[in-house]
Amino acid sequence: MTTFVLLSITGLGLAALYFLVASGLSLIFGLMDVLNFAHGAFLTIGAYGTWWAAGNLPGAGSTGWGFVLAVAFGVGVGTLVAALIELLLIRPLYQRHIEQVLVTVGLSLALVALVRAVWGSDPRPFPRPEWAQGTTSVLGANVPNDRFLLIVSAVVVLVSVLAFLRFTRVGLIIRAGVENRTMVTALGIDVRKAFTLVFAIGGAFAALAGALGGIYLGSISPGQGTSLLIFAFIVVVIGGMSSITGTAAAAVLVGLVQQFANYYAASGVGDLSVVLLLAVVLLARPSGLSARLA
Amino acid sequence: MKDRAVNRRNVRRLAPLVVLVVLALLPYSTLNLPGLFDGVLNSPGTLQLLALCLVFGGVALSFDLLFGFTGLLSFGHALYFAAGTYGANLLLTELGWGLGAAIAATTVLGIVLPLVIGSVALRVSGIAFSMVTLATAQVGSIIVLQDPGGLTGGEEGLAVDRTPIPDAFVGVFNTVNKYWLALAYLVLVYAVVTWVTRSRAGRVWQAIRENERRVEVLGLRPYRFKLLVFVLAGLLATLGGIVHLLLLGGSTPRVTTADFTIGLLVMVVLGGAGSRWGAVLGGVLYTYLDSRLTDLASSPAVQDLPAWLRVPLSEPLFILGTLFILVVLFVPGGIAGLVDRLGERRRGRRRPAENPPPGRAVERLRDEIGAGVGGNRPHDGV
Repeated sequence: MTTFVLLSITGLGLAALYFLVASGLSLIFGLMDVLNFAHGAFLTIGAYGTWWAAGNLPGAGSTGWGFVLAVAFGVGVGTLVAALIELLLIRPLYQRHIEQVLVTVGLSLALVALVRAVWGSDPRPFPRPEWAQGTTSVLGANVPNDRFLLIVSAVVVLVSVLAFLRFTRVGLIIRAGVENRTMVTALGIDVRKAFTLVFAIGGAFAALAGALGGIYLGSISPGQGTSLLIFAFIVVVIGGMSSITGTAAAAVLVGLVQQFANYYAASGVGDLSVVLLLAVVLLARPSGLSARLA
Repeated sequence: MKDRAVNRRNVRRLAPLVVLVVLALLPYSTLNLPGLFDGVLNSPGTLQLLALCLVFGGVALSFDLLFGFTGLLSFGHALYFAAGTYGANLLLTELGWGLGAAIAATTVLGIVLPLVIGSVALRVSGIAFSMVTLATAQVGSIIVLQDPGGLTGGEEGLAVDRTPIPDAFVGVFNTVNKYWLALAYLVLVYAVVTWVTRSRAGRVWQAIRENERRVEVLGLRPYRFKLLVFVLAGLLATLGGIVHLLLLGGSTPRVTTADFTIGLLVMVVLGGAGSRWGAVLGGVLYTYLDSRLTDLASSPAVQDLPAWLRVPLSEPLFILGTLFILVVLFVPGGIAGLVDRLGERRRGRRRPAENPPPGRAVERLRDEIGAGVGGNRPHDGV
């Protein structure tokens, strides 16, 4: 029972990490039809931004509010980079989806290489606030606190994205754009402003995932984002490509399957079963778990 | 006027042959190209680098068959290359097979593996296809890195047992033979790709790239044609993996990763997707730059630069990634597209293209199979 609880909560923590990365991917894909390969680089930037701020930014540190400030700095840098990339590199290729994807592929190479050039390819120990190093007893299982931090963050992000899409005018435009972009343009609304916004939001979530992933894993390295990105892609596809709730459900499914299979079978089997899950879902329902968007 | 046109066509036809002869005779040259290569042309180090370039030219061309000619964006091409190098390596090292038997068995693997994966992955299209191929390739990568039973060597890679390999392909002294092997592989891939893209199936592939729905309307089944090109491209990549194994004397897990496939994508786009010589040139150029830029980074010329210049220049992937983005943004069609446009401008008129221009592939196919309006010939779906 203890193991089961521990595995469930750790699995949910992993799911939360996947969701943070995948939600931005799914928003961007839904609205712009661009599969953003640079998303892993946003994650790396967020992680290194936080790490740098914790060590160098006045007022920021590795504990308490200082750490919150460091995370905010990392997220801010990630958001800024994402918005700039959309404005300068993605927008000129408007409506040429393959080229847009190719640009993000190039960015994923160049940005990660740049981080590696500046800070080296070896993993760096990531600052972990004292609170996150402790454990909390849940039904007899000692669960590391950082898992709760991840889960709470993901839930907050999920709720606020849903509320944003549901109750604001921009959210309405985004939802309409996902459904039928041409029609929205025909109504005289400039969807491209929403593109930049969605890219920035995605970048912010990915950067947050990078910072929280740093706490979760205890260290950061330049290639980390890319390896997480592949699983985030799988989550997005299983979730139906453009649905936030579908992505959340798929993230939970993938996180739990991976964690349980890795524990009960053998290390590595979890990763394989996730791929199997993707194949099964795609063959049974080619449009993913949620055929219609939320 | 007419003579000049005929001459030009002859030149175009002879150009690959001339390049081939030059490449085949290259190891006899003791030319020194300072800056381009470290040693004289026929020094083992230079030949090894050139051989690598040729192999990746071939592998890039096999990827171009999928991406450039058929419009299938696979993110799992690394899997088939890895199947070649690891498959042959395990047969040679673990089972002690002879080289011929190992190559034959790996070739079978290179047909069966893409056949099985392609028959599943091609049931979905677009981004979903990319994702399924990415995920299946990831399985290969995970298995190799997990090192099941100590077979694959994990992150360390796997050195090949040299006893079953003929002496002609072992050792630094025989680098020249490996170079010719790599050249033979490239020629094979180029010949096969030229032949199939000019064949009827090749026309269908290009039509699928332009408009798959209309190919279906013409009464053809795109699925079979896509599976055919998927298997062929996979097989050619597998053969490339075997040559790579002989060239390096081992397998490295780097070739199983998604980054490796992305590298192939960069090569093809850099050189020109949908162009045979473009893809080869892209593969050669990428491999050469990747290797040379690493050397350049540690050279005194770069080390003396101020930090803001030195740091980015020390990462070949940063330069290659940036170059790639610039090509995508400003040079659509890559190097091949650029050369085509320059040639057109010089001649001041459009030359009837050997390949149908974008958007015309479907029409041409319709004329060929005589379907659609006016097509009264019965056909059985090819």
